[in-house]
Amino acid sequence: MTSRKVEVGVGFFVALAFASLLMMALKVADQGVSGTGETYNLYAKFDNIGGLKPRSPIKVGGVVIGRVGDIHLDKEDFTPVVTLVISEEYRDFPDTSSVSILTSGLLGEQFVGFHPGFSFDGIETLNEGDYIADTKSALVLEDLIGQFLFSQNKDD
Amino acid sequence: MAFLASLGRKTLNIFSTVGRAFLILVGAIVARPQPLKNTSLVIKQIYIVGVQSLLIIGVSGLFIGMVMALQGYTVLVDYGAEESLGPMVALSLIRELGPVVTALLFAGRAGSALTAEIGLMKATEQLSSLEMMAIDPLRRVIAPRFWAGVISMPMLALIFSAVGILGGHLVGVDWLGVDSGSYWSIMQSSVDFEEDVLNGVIKSFVFAVVVTWIAVFRGYDLIPTSEGISAATTQTVVHSSLAVLGLDFVLTALMFGTN
Repeated sequence: MTSRKVEVGVGFFVALAFASLLMMALKVADQGVSGTGETYNLYAKFDNIGGLKPRSPIKVGGVVIGRVGDIHLDKEDFTPVVTLVISEEYRDFPDTSSVSILTSGLLGEQFVGFHPGFSFDGIETLNEGDYIADTKSALVLEDLIGQFLFSQNKDD
Repeated sequence: MAFLASLGRKTLNIFSTVGRAFLILVGAIVARPQPLKNTSLVIKQIYIVGVQSLLIIGVSGLFIGMVMALQGYTVLVDYGAEESLGPMVALSLIRELGPVVTALLFAGRAGSALTAEIGLMKATEQLSSLEMMAIDPLRRVIAPRFWAGVISMPMLALIFSAVGILGGHLVGVDWLGVDSGSYWSIMQSSVDFEEDVLNGVIKSFVFAVVVTWIAVFRGYDLIPTSEGISAATTQTVVHSSLAVLGLDFVLTALMFGTN
C-alpha cells in the first residue's frame, strides 16, 4: 500500500517536471506555437520595420486585435513584408485603412497601429490575403537626428 | 615544533577527509552500478527527497516570481519598458534563481535530513550490522540516496522556474496590467532553449551532485554521537550553501560570461 503511494507520488513528480520542461520549450523559449482561435491574414509592405518582431501586437486605438505573424523580405523590390494575423472577431475593415509602426513609450517595444479608414458605399473590405496599401514606416531615431542636423546646416 | 605538528595534522586531516569523500562518491557511483536491483530503493528515496520537497519548492517559486514581477515593474515602468517584465522574470529565474534557490532549499530541506538519517544509522550501528550481514552500506544506503538527490533536483529546479514565471504572470499581467501577449512574446524572443533552459538544467545538475554528495558524506563520516550528528547536519547546510553559491559564479562565468 505504501509502495503504491510512493509510486504514484514519484509518477506525479516526474509528470510535473516534464510539464515544466514542456512549458519552458513551448511557452517560454522560442519554439512556441502561436495564436489561439480563428484568425485571418493581411499583408503590409513597409519601407522600414525598425524593431518590429513576430508576435508583436496589432492595435486599433490601443485595443489588441491581432499579432504580427511572419516578417520577410519581398524578393522583387526588396521591401519588408509583414504578415498581420488578425482575430476573426474583428472583420470588415475598409480598404482605405492604414497601418503604421509605433513605439509604446520612449523605450518600449514596437507594435503595429491599425487605423481603420472611412467606409461608405463602393469601398471594399479587407479580406484574407489582401495587401494594405497605405503604410507608414517605423520611426528610426538616427534618421530623425540626421534630418534635423541636415536642416540645421541649410539654415546657416 | 608544536605549531608545525598541528599544521601537519590539520593538512593531513583535510586531505584524508577529501580522500574519504571521493571514496564514497566513487563507491556510490562508479564501482557498483546496479541499476535494476536498486530501482525500488531509488524510487522510495525520490519520494522522500523529491516529492516531499514539492510543496516548499512550489510555494517559494510562486512567491519569488511574484516579488520579482512587482519589483521589476516599479523600476521598468519609469522607462515605459514594463513590457520587458516577461524576459526579466524568465531569464533571472531560468538562469540563476531557479537552480540556486532550489539547491539552497534542497540543502536545508533534504540535505540535512539525509545527513541526520545516515548519521543516526551510523550512531545506532545499523551500518555496521549491514556490513555484518555482508551487505555493503554504500550500495544499499548511500547510493540510492545519492541518485535520488541527483535525479530530483534538476526536476525541482524546472518546476521552480515554471511556477515562478506563472507567479510573475499573475502579478505582472493580472494585477499590474502588463499586456499578456507582450509578456509571453518578448519572453519568447529573448529566451533561448539551449542557451538558457538547458544551461540552467546543467547548472542544477552540478548543484545536485555537490549538495547530495556533501550531505551523504557528512552523514557517513560523522562522529557517532548526538553532538556529532548535530554538528554534521549544520556542516551539511553551511558547506553545501557555500559550495552552491561559489560554483554558481564559476558556472555563470563559463556559460554566460563570454558573450
